[in-house]
Amino acid sequence: MVSILQTVDLCCERDDRVLVSGLNLDIEQGLIYQVEGPNGSGKTSLLRVLCGLSSRYTGSLTWRGQSVQQARSQFHAELLYLGHDSGVKAALSPRENLIWHAALKGLNGRSADEAIMAALEKVGLYGYEDSPCFALSAGQQRRVGLARLFLGCSRLWILDEPFTAIDKKGVAELEQWIEAYVQGGGTVILTTHHELTISQPVCRITLGDQ
Amino acid sequence: MSKPQSEQVTVSVFLVFTAILRRDLLLAFRRRSDFFNPLAFFLIVCSLFPLGVGPNPQQLALLAPGILWVVALLACLLSSDTLFRNDYDDGSLALMLLSPVSLYVQVLAKTLAHWLLTGFPLTLLSPLLGLLLQLPSEGMLALMMAMAVGTASLSFIGAIGAGLTVGLRKGGLLLSLIILPLYIPVLIFGVGTVKAAVEGFNYMGPLAVLGAFLALAITLAPLAIAAGVRISIDN
Repeated sequence: MVSILQTVDLCCERDDRVLVSGLNLDIEQGLIYQVEGPNGSGKTSLLRVLCGLSSRYTGSLTWRGQSVQQARSQFHAELLYLGHDSGVKAALSPRENLIWHAALKGLNGRSADEAIMAALEKVGLYGYEDSPCFALSAGQQRRVGLARLFLGCSRLWILDEPFTAIDKKGVAELEQWIEAYVQGGGTVILTTHHELTISQPVCRITLGDQ
Repeated sequence: MSKPQSEQVTVSVFLVFTAILRRDLLLAFRRRSDFFNPLAFFLIVCSLFPLGVGPNPQQLALLAPGILWVVALLACLLSSDTLFRNDYDDGSLALMLLSPVSLYVQVLAKTLAHWLLTGFPLTLLSPLLGLLLQLPSEGMLALMMAMAVGTASLSFIGAIGAGLTVGLRKGGLLLSLIILPLYIPVLIFGVGTVKAAVEGFNYMGPLAVLGAFLALAITLAPLAIAAGVRISIDN
């Protein structure tokens, strides 16, 4: 297996509380990693450090053998981060929202339109593509954010509580998408309190049990 | 795992720039009240001055350049707080940070959109208010040119403060304290341009200084804005 993201002796703290200390991770391609821990144990903070949003850590963080600062642009081209706030504008329609996200991933013109329509169909928003997002339910807005998973060719998904506000059918679908993505050579790091029912092995990273 | 491991993904800088510009203009079009706020402020405050100072044309004409510029300054200040606020709240700003395209280009696009939505309409509105404040007609062209160039600098300066304070819940007062002193050179040369034109002198000198400010702002301010945004997200 090829190691893509590595941490050596990673420590991070927030408001004088140590959340993670001496963490040595070796994220390998084609695997699923589930970060576990009680509320407030630093799951989101760890994901923000891993994707390069937060610099409040000590230790080293490398992407394909290069430090994340050096390989920033390549790392971010291959990364897809889905946080608590999914970056969906209520005043815009799902399609308008995704046009911008597609542009960040390097898609434009007709190829972007096709990719966006395919992604919206996949997340079950076909027929809603032109209604404003404030008219959609919380779960549907969340699905607009999830549609980003199918734009561009990212190699690593970092998902922070992706199952929030999603119905049972949606949860099963998302699990299938994760499975298919991993089978295709992708890598997933996620946090969730939900028990994953995935046939692929799930590596667990447990926080806050000292 | 048949795909190549590290394919070089290239994202066009121009594509991201236009996508952000179009999205911000579309958002402003959908939320028109945000867009009209600074314009209404400019219009109302300027129309109050003749009532407060008295309708004496000579007196008003003397004060007009200063009034117009101070009110334009405050209108820009009022609108700069919202520049990054919505993007911060809904997580779009974090996604911009995670884009392979440098943040410099993205904040440049956002600031340009901000100018198109505040400074540009203020420029178009300024001759009307100049007329209201009895500004002599020789000053009109100079006023518009100085406004166009000056408000663009104001947008960039405002964006520095907005980027720095967006992570704070109550950043409004701090924002004014940070950026008002930086607005002062633009105010001085903006008023100087209009006064020179009214008095019949060549106004190209102060206008050129405003242009130099803008050139400096376009090249250097995005660095400061991007750094400020990074700090705000990083907590």
